[in-house]
Amino acid sequence: MTPCRPLHTAAALLTVGSLLVTFRTGVEEGTVVLAFGALVAVGELLSGPGLREAAPLGAAGGLSYALLGEHAGHPGHHGVAQVVSVVAAASLLGSVPHLARGQGPVLDRLVRRVLAVGFAAVCFQPLYNNGAFDRWRGPLYALVLLALLVLTVLCDAVIAAALAHSRTGWPFPPLLRDELRAVPGIGSAVCATGAVMALAVAVVGLWALPVFSVPLLLTQLSLRRYAAVRATNRQTIVSLARATEIAGYTPAGHARRVAALSQAVGRDLGLPEAELTVLEYAALMHDIGQLSLVDPVPAGATSGLPAAEQRRIALLGGAVVRQTGASAQVAAVVERQADPYPEQPPAARIVRVVNAYEEKVQGTGPGGPLTALEELRLGTGGEYAPEVVEALARVLSRDCLTLPKGG
Amino acid sequence: MEGVPARARGHVAGAALAALLCLSPLTTAPDTPWWAVALLAALYAAGEQIARRRFAGTFSPVLLAGAFLLPAPAAALVPLPGALCSYVDKGPVLLRRVWRAAQSALAVWAAAHVHGALGGPEAVAGSDVPYALLPAGAAVLVHCAVLAALDGGMFALAEGLPALKVCRGLFLRSLAPLAVHGLAGLMMAVLWRSPYGPVAALLVLFPMAVSWWVFAQYHRERAAHRATIRALVQAVDIKDGYTRGHSERVGQASVMIARELGMDESRVEVIRFAGILHDVGKLGVPTRLLRKDGPLTPEERRVIELHPEYGHEITRGISFLGEARSAILHHHERIDGSGYPYGLAGRQIPEPARVVAVADAFDAMTSTRSYSRARPVEVALAELERCAGTQFDPRMVTALVRVIGREGWHPRVTADEPPHTVPAPATAPERPGVTR
Repeated sequence: MTPCRPLHTAAALLTVGSLLVTFRTGVEEGTVVLAFGALVAVGELLSGPGLREAAPLGAAGGLSYALLGEHAGHPGHHGVAQVVSVVAAASLLGSVPHLARGQGPVLDRLVRRVLAVGFAAVCFQPLYNNGAFDRWRGPLYALVLLALLVLTVLCDAVIAAALAHSRTGWPFPPLLRDELRAVPGIGSAVCATGAVMALAVAVVGLWALPVFSVPLLLTQLSLRRYAAVRATNRQTIVSLARATEIAGYTPAGHARRVAALSQAVGRDLGLPEAELTVLEYAALMHDIGQLSLVDPVPAGATSGLPAAEQRRIALLGGAVVRQTGASAQVAAVVERQADPYPEQPPAARIVRVVNAYEEKVQGTGPGGPLTALEELRLGTGGEYAPEVVEALARVLSRDCLTLPKGG
Repeated sequence: MEGVPARARGHVAGAALAALLCLSPLTTAPDTPWWAVALLAALYAAGEQIARRRFAGTFSPVLLAGAFLLPAPAAALVPLPGALCSYVDKGPVLLRRVWRAAQSALAVWAAAHVHGALGGPEAVAGSDVPYALLPAGAAVLVHCAVLAALDGGMFALAEGLPALKVCRGLFLRSLAPLAVHGLAGLMMAVLWRSPYGPVAALLVLFPMAVSWWVFAQYHRERAAHRATIRALVQAVDIKDGYTRGHSERVGQASVMIARELGMDESRVEVIRFAGILHDVGKLGVPTRLLRKDGPLTPEERRVIELHPEYGHEITRGISFLGEARSAILHHHERIDGSGYPYGLAGRQIPEPARVVAVADAFDAMTSTRSYSRARPVEVALAELERCAGTQFDPRMVTALVRVIGREGWHPRVTADEPPHTVPAPATAPERPGVTR
């Protein structure tokens, strides 16, 4: 947990320093400060859990305040310290309910917000107050703002990846890649909205804020509903996976353990986030084809069956998965989990290896994991992909080779 | 072009003619800002190409920005290229495109006219924002009303629906999204006239695009969720040959009962899921038993009677089901207390379970199974009425009899099943279903 401290410390120092400066110099343009503060706080208050950009309204509000030059035609004087203090205070105020409920990594989001806004303000406010933008009037000014925001969003992606890395201990490059991949989507919209709000406030004054908040607020509500439906869909898939356990085809908790371990292995191999989701769903449902068997396989251990039988069960499972809303990729992974590894997609290789490991470890003593890994290594001739077995060994050694937790 | 009544074609021709009349002042107007018209039209056409295909919506902010920026005839020109090249998913292609073009042109023309009459252009040019909201709001209302009136007229002529009711429904449904688009359009117009120019105006479209995208994602995910529920049910089908389509039909009959009893929509939705998932616990019963042809031994019967508890257990993690899970657990209870698994009686049995029990028995009697032939609907209803008070809650039975007497029983056809429809009992008048 050590590497997360620098960023948290930097954010805390920046906030405290800004607050001290602001207290000494006093707040300028109270109404503007109040309006932007309220916008950021409301955006934070209404943020939903569990998504990459949970509070687009708060983020866009903060960025637009950092880039605020004029206000209804009059030049403004919002220094860096004031911008950072207002955004930090408002975000903190807005996330009190979330902090109280202990929902998700709220603290990380605050750190991210303060650092990103600080970056944008440091780039913009001193230059603006020195009159450096006087030469760039009109459309050029709009483009400069946009360019600044693009820089800010890139910087924000790096911060987010670093925070996620320190929180979870997953490798940094894939995390950064996922963050950067999200930039053209919601990131660019937040960025454009921040720029356009700053410009609109410069033209028409604070009336621009409520007008722009409406579409962003709708986006935020849709995002929440989206997250809710996604969660119920996931719950349903987990239940579908538990059906084989209740029917006595597989040991209790098997699907969940295979899913968790597969994700850890996938992360170790640097799979992108979208593929990790596919991997999780496929691992949860990998045994669904067994429901069509008239009699259960002993202990659900398909890895001991003849290859043709394994493949038949895999195909039946794929047919069920195709009916679910999960993407066709998931069905393909389930279908091909019993193929020889050179023909498999990466996710199917992982599911096969982890499933075999899980089945071999079941009911063995303390030496079980080592023996099972050894057997998998010997079997890498055609069934198990060697690089996946090595990744599994790395993941297991990180977790001190404990037996998987019971379900 | 078959299947389009002549009246509807006349309606399209009339609208097109009116649109051309609106555009005619352009030929004599000296100071039309052609480059602004061209830019907005290109933007609208591009947006329409993406929006119609991906999100099934119209790119209204650009149209409304045009109405706020340009004189009425020039604003009416903006939607034409986009609408004439728009994506049409079913024929007649040319007629639909002309219709869309004429409709949008008329609506935008009316909006621009109202906006101009209320002094909107001056307010936009002077960035006089609280005041500019008034003409813009009026323009959005008129835009929405013209669209609703034209569409409502089309439905009335082509499909014989009541014109006034349809118009009102269309107006109310599209007003809220159009109001949001109007706000975005107004901001575009103000920024366009500001020193920052059209570049800044284009930035307004980003947040709008994201809000569409998120909305589309939400709908996709919701469809995915429905599919997952269906998969849970089809997993039962894999094990148990004869219940094909049974779960869907029980869901449908449960919804009919729940609506007849006047339950609110969210509760009806819960009962639909309860009906669809009521037998999901059969996943836990050995396949050999479910597929057994001969009579069951008492031991085997006891194993099969575990399925409500298995279902309750399987659905434990699905939080949105809430009360529906009680229906899965208790749908084999009987009102006199002789059912299973707990032997609850009367009002101890949760309401959704009493609904699903009646729907389940009704569908079991009216569909063909390996051990029995389907019985006619009247016979099944009479049988239900006979058992009301001992096996079933009389309230639910009465509701089902009433709603089937009125609407008939039209089980929804699943993909892998031949269609079959059972008409309503001859004694009750049947109401023709409106299919739309």
